[in-house]
Amino acid sequence: MTFRKYLVLVAIIVFASTGDISLSYGMKRVGAISLARWTELFAAVLNPWIALGIVLLLGFFAAYLSALSWSDLTYVLPATSLGYVLLALLSVWLLGEKVSVTRWIGILLVSSGVGIVTRGPSATHRHQPEPDSAGDQR
Amino acid sequence: MSAVSTWCAIAGIVASSTAGDVLLSRAMRQIGHVGELWRRAGLGAVLKAIVTHPSFLLALFFMAAAFFGLLLALSWADVSLVVPATASLTYVTNALAARLFLHERVDRRRWMSALLVCAGVAVLAA
Repeated sequence: MTFRKYLVLVAIIVFASTGDISLSYGMKRVGAISLARWTELFAAVLNPWIALGIVLLLGFFAAYLSALSWSDLTYVLPATSLGYVLLALLSVWLLGEKVSVTRWIGILLVSSGVGIVTRGPSATHRHQPEPDSAGDQR
Repeated sequence: MSAVSTWCAIAGIVASSTAGDVLLSRAMRQIGHVGELWRRAGLGAVLKAIVTHPSFLLALFFMAAAFFGLLLALSWADVSLVVPATASLTYVTNALAARLFLHERVDRRRWMSALLVCAGVAVLAA
């Protein structure tokens, strides 16, 4: 794992949580949309916060695809689950909520999972190409 | 709507989002390190390799299915049940599927971390 690769993982965490925060903030300003008037969802895209959220989530998707191209799915998913912690902290700071004891326990559990996986190898070492992907080796 | 149908929807969401993640991972592994491909052949080549990869297109289909499944489940049950249940179960099914279909070496370390994150997400969102 190089420094650049850690930066990509950080980008996944930051883009995913800030994107969700932005979407959630935007939808709260737009207000509830009933299923009977679902076409209003398209108008919601014009809200600047929703648009910003979509841009951030596109950044997340690009970073996620990049990470999956050089490391295992079972490494990327737990390693980037710190996003849940960041999301909880951001919603607490921005919405002024109090952090309950159970939430601190959740943050501790996620963080220890991240700590454990990132101390191990990021990709399964393969001595020979997989049979089903042999034709795609470039 | 009954609890059974809610849990069926949750199972469907977990299955499709796992299929989506596994297919996405398979597509990106076959394409290879995108940073190197970008330097060698440019951004256009990277985008073309991704959007024309059959596994990527199938992954998009499953991710869309998971999204509409989520909308359906949210119309039957509370968000505080559906979102944590699907998010945390997906960590465990992804570990299983990555071992079975991607032949990743899911050792004790990775199992521990998947289970800790799974428990943590469930507690955090509860």
